[in-house]
Amino acid sequence: MAAGLFKSSITKKFWMSLTGIFLISFLVVHCAINATIFFNDGGKTFNLWAHFMGTNIIVRTMEIGLFVGLILHIVDGLMLYFQNRAARPVKYAYEKASASSTWYSRSMALLGTIILLFLIVHLYHFWLRTRITGLTIAEPEMIINGKLYENLYGEMELIFSYSWVVILYVLGCISLFWHLLHGFKSAFQSIGLNHSKYKNTIALVGDAFSIIIPAVFAAMPIAFYFKLVH
Amino acid sequence: MNLTLKIWRQKSTNDQGKIVEYKVTDISEDMSFLEMIDVLNYDLVEKGDDPVTFDHDCREGICGMCSMFINGEAHGPNRGVTTCQLHMRSFKDGETIYIEPWRSAGFPVIKDLMVDRGAFDRIQQAGGFISVNTSGRTLDANAIPVPKEDADKSFDAATCIGCGACVATCPNGSAMLFVSAKVSQYALLPQGQVERKERVLNMVKKMDEEGFGNCSNIGACEVQCPKGISLENIARMNREYLMASIKPEN
Amino acid sequence: MALNSRIPEGPLDQKWTKYKNSVKLVNPANKRSIEVIVVGTGLAGASAAASLAEMGYKVKALCFQDSPRRAHSIAAQGGINAAKNYMNDGDSTFRLFYDTIKGGDYRSREGNVHRLAEVSTNIIDQCVAQGVPFARDYGGLLDNRSFGGTQVSRTFYAKGQTGQQLLLGAYSAMSRQVGKGNITLLNRHEMLDIVIVDGKARGIIARNMVTGEIERHSAHAVALCTGGYGNVFFLSTNAMGSNVTAAWRAHRRGALFANPCFTQIHPTCIPVSGDHQSKLTLMSESLRNDGRIWVPKFKEDAEAIRAKKLRPVDLAEDRRDYYLERRYPAFGNLVPRDIASRAAKERCDEGFGVNSTGEAVYLDFSAAIVRYGKAEANVKGLHNASEAEIVAMGKKVVESKYGNLFQMYEQIVAENPYETPMMIYPAVHYTMGGLWVDYELMTTIPGCYACGEANFSDHGANRLGASALMQGLADGYFVLPYTIGNYLADEIRTGAISTNTPEFEEAEKNVRNQLESFFTTNGTKPVDYFHKKLGKIMWNMCGMARNKPGLEQAIADIRQLREDFYKNVKVPGSTKGMNPELEKAARVADFIELGELMCIDALDRNESCGGHFREEYQTEEGEALRDDEKYMYVAAWEFTGNPSEPKLNKEDLVYENIKVSARSYK
Repeated sequence: MAAGLFKSSITKKFWMSLTGIFLISFLVVHCAINATIFFNDGGKTFNLWAHFMGTNIIVRTMEIGLFVGLILHIVDGLMLYFQNRAARPVKYAYEKASASSTWYSRSMALLGTIILLFLIVHLYHFWLRTRITGLTIAEPEMIINGKLYENLYGEMELIFSYSWVVILYVLGCISLFWHLLHGFKSAFQSIGLNHSKYKNTIALVGDAFSIIIPAVFAAMPIAFYFKLVH
Repeated sequence: MNLTLKIWRQKSTNDQGKIVEYKVTDISEDMSFLEMIDVLNYDLVEKGDDPVTFDHDCREGICGMCSMFINGEAHGPNRGVTTCQLHMRSFKDGETIYIEPWRSAGFPVIKDLMVDRGAFDRIQQAGGFISVNTSGRTLDANAIPVPKEDADKSFDAATCIGCGACVATCPNGSAMLFVSAKVSQYALLPQGQVERKERVLNMVKKMDEEGFGNCSNIGACEVQCPKGISLENIARMNREYLMASIKPEN
Repeated sequence: MALNSRIPEGPLDQKWTKYKNSVKLVNPANKRSIEVIVVGTGLAGASAAASLAEMGYKVKALCFQDSPRRAHSIAAQGGINAAKNYMNDGDSTFRLFYDTIKGGDYRSREGNVHRLAEVSTNIIDQCVAQGVPFARDYGGLLDNRSFGGTQVSRTFYAKGQTGQQLLLGAYSAMSRQVGKGNITLLNRHEMLDIVIVDGKARGIIARNMVTGEIERHSAHAVALCTGGYGNVFFLSTNAMGSNVTAAWRAHRRGALFANPCFTQIHPTCIPVSGDHQSKLTLMSESLRNDGRIWVPKFKEDAEAIRAKKLRPVDLAEDRRDYYLERRYPAFGNLVPRDIASRAAKERCDEGFGVNSTGEAVYLDFSAAIVRYGKAEANVKGLHNASEAEIVAMGKKVVESKYGNLFQMYEQIVAENPYETPMMIYPAVHYTMGGLWVDYELMTTIPGCYACGEANFSDHGANRLGASALMQGLADGYFVLPYTIGNYLADEIRTGAISTNTPEFEEAEKNVRNQLESFFTTNGTKPVDYFHKKLGKIMWNMCGMARNKPGLEQAIADIRQLREDFYKNVKVPGSTKGMNPELEKAARVADFIELGELMCIDALDRNESCGGHFREEYQTEEGEALRDDEKYMYVAAWEFTGNPSEPKLNKEDLVYENIKVSARSYK
């Protein structure tokens, strides 16, 4: 099966695309839930959702899928990267790549690596603490509607009070923006969905998505740091 | 005009190779790029030096033989033209011009600027055809009408000249544009339906074996293709391939 | 030598059928042990190699390019003729046959040409089945256009890239057989000699152009599909590598060379811009469907235009001379190529030429743009469209028809042909002459065949537009595969042919000696120096118009050039490895010998016919004057060992089905 998955250039692209679209759909959910911090209700809505996501059996199962998808995306991406490098053993002395393509479309591996580094920090900050080691803030729980809930919101407030963290997160979001700007359209092309009739629509949706999602994400640490949410 | 040329010189496939600098003078703006190289070679021969070896034949942009990577771009700075159609009026007096061969694991250098594009032939041999023997007793040519739109699209894909600029320009050294053009030409015609699945599977398999990179949809190939072959062909090939992989039998 | 064309007996339209019904066959088991070498992979070569391999023969195919797909057939633009009569305009096999014979100025064989017309329809069927994307109309059926020298629309096309599509079709058929192992493909290989054993062609000597090795290849038959020799003029529309070497070496070994002086000068090419020019670019004849050819009516206007003081678009209609429409009202701009070319030369010689060299005429699309624009406006229901709108719509239509050609023109000339008329001038394009072949396409060397442009048989003294593709594919797909069996049927007991024989030894040594001799001179001049010189001699004295003193001068000049060449040519490097200069030297050596033969042939033919125009033989109106009494023959030249003393053999042409008359397009 594993051999079959990556048996040809096109199947490799296919899995890259499929896992990419899967990760894109995850971003939508993640972004929508996190955006509830902007309700300015002291994190109540956010913590309720965080609780749901952390306890619901279906969501937890899907979380495993998410990790598998992510790893597949990374492994597949690295395979493509190294094969592509090997396909040009002697480099050009003078190459004017900018004349015919965008820098970010040529730098997906680099952008992906930056995103991965960011992700490691990000998972350490939140996923590890909420799922395994427990939160680090003084009052790790808050009462909502008479019940105790984990105060992930409070943890965010704490973490995003450090400027280096905010900078790191914003950099992660910028990398995500460039990665998506190419990746979104590219995913559709790889599974064969490119046709003059809907090419422009895909491009438009892709560009809008690549701007909106990272922008909303980046707004979160910034908002916390400058105490724009409470 | 006077120019400085920095040309890749390599004696044979296994030779190391290096960039060598040459000067050419009194170049007319009306010369084609290859005619400018002719002038250089004429001088080199007169001086008793080894002239620069390069592939060229028709010199009217259709045979696909000429193949120079000029100033960092396949077939030079102009769009929609091959090296042989590029004219010196596209350059400035006193300019330095880098000239290199196509670079790809699938295209080993034979000598100087000449590469071996046999891989393209072998991909074609793996499935780039419709299996019909010469009998003269096939169906009448008008027996199967082909919608004009399909015929036109098929033709557009079929205008590929197999020069390899797509491979040369692709940061991944991928041959997908070339292969997809051939797959598309036949996939769009009723005559190509019978072997549709087998064809795409076999051609892609061969393409991968030849050492080309993978497409990551950068799109440089489409921009640099002298015949304007569209990326849509790659999408079509992806589609064809995936459908054929899911259900290989007809 | 007695020439027997071996045309089958019987009525014209049954000759080919009868031949096929009685020709000897080779059974499938025997075919597997019979080898055929096909030299060249253009339309004729690729289609022959594919067809022979499909039939079961073991085929070796050679091309000097890096891939069979590069052969210069790929550059043919306009189209391919076939007597399908899809347009219902009265076309028929006979009409195609008749037009071709008449277009060739009654210097081709009836039997061969009729067969060509017969199989023309099969070609279209075959190509469509192979996936060749011909142009279609909105009903999904094949479209046709008209071409010079005919009054019907029988030309199938794929924009301005018909040759490309047909060649890629043949290449794909060939690739299929390579994939199956039925064809051994030898690219970057050049044939340098043919090997004759016991009077039969038994193989070739070829040079591997990458390694420089000299190789021996044996076979039961050899088919030369090596194209024409237009590059003898240095400047032509041929590819840089197109050469006569394979055909010429066969000629030196005993194959007669027929009608070498019949060259086609194509009327619509981009004019020469300077001495640096390495080749000329054709603008498809199909442009003459819509473009009108003119020069200024008055010399002062022509001078003003040449001095760039006057723009052609500003010249009033009544000060223009649409000379083809004036001289040939029935065919107008669609007269055959030889006539259009000579008319352009006549105007330019009289001082009416329009570019700085004085050697160009206009091909003007402004009338077509307005005509198409108006039609488009009517279709769209825009009855009050402004002139600018009409022109804009008209340009779109013209672009859809000839876009790639206009773009090509703009690249080369740096002028926009939508805005200002194109400048064109005749250039060498095709050679009707070639190796003499009989009805079976066999040369005078048994077992050695010649197909496509490399042979002489079908176009007489002038080829009609869109007929070269037809002939190449007819020979390769539908003629040679049948006729070669007639010879090979007697070879089934021959068995494998050894290359370790004195004949191969001698031929290889011969090739080696020639190649090595280029390095023993202490020459100073590159090969191109001599090639350009030869080209100038040929163009000036054996080009569009020829005369006795000129030809005699040319012969003397060429003899001197040959001597100079062998003394002073400088070839760098060695015979080892890739050496393009060495390849050129060997080719130019043959071109020089051929050039002399062309002049001798032109001098011998004291008449004007088709592309061969002798100034001494013309009517009072300046039209070609044939001499059927004395020259209705094929001049087949025999190599005697001395290139300057070829021996003439004549094959009389017999017309039983057509009344030979003066060609008139008025």
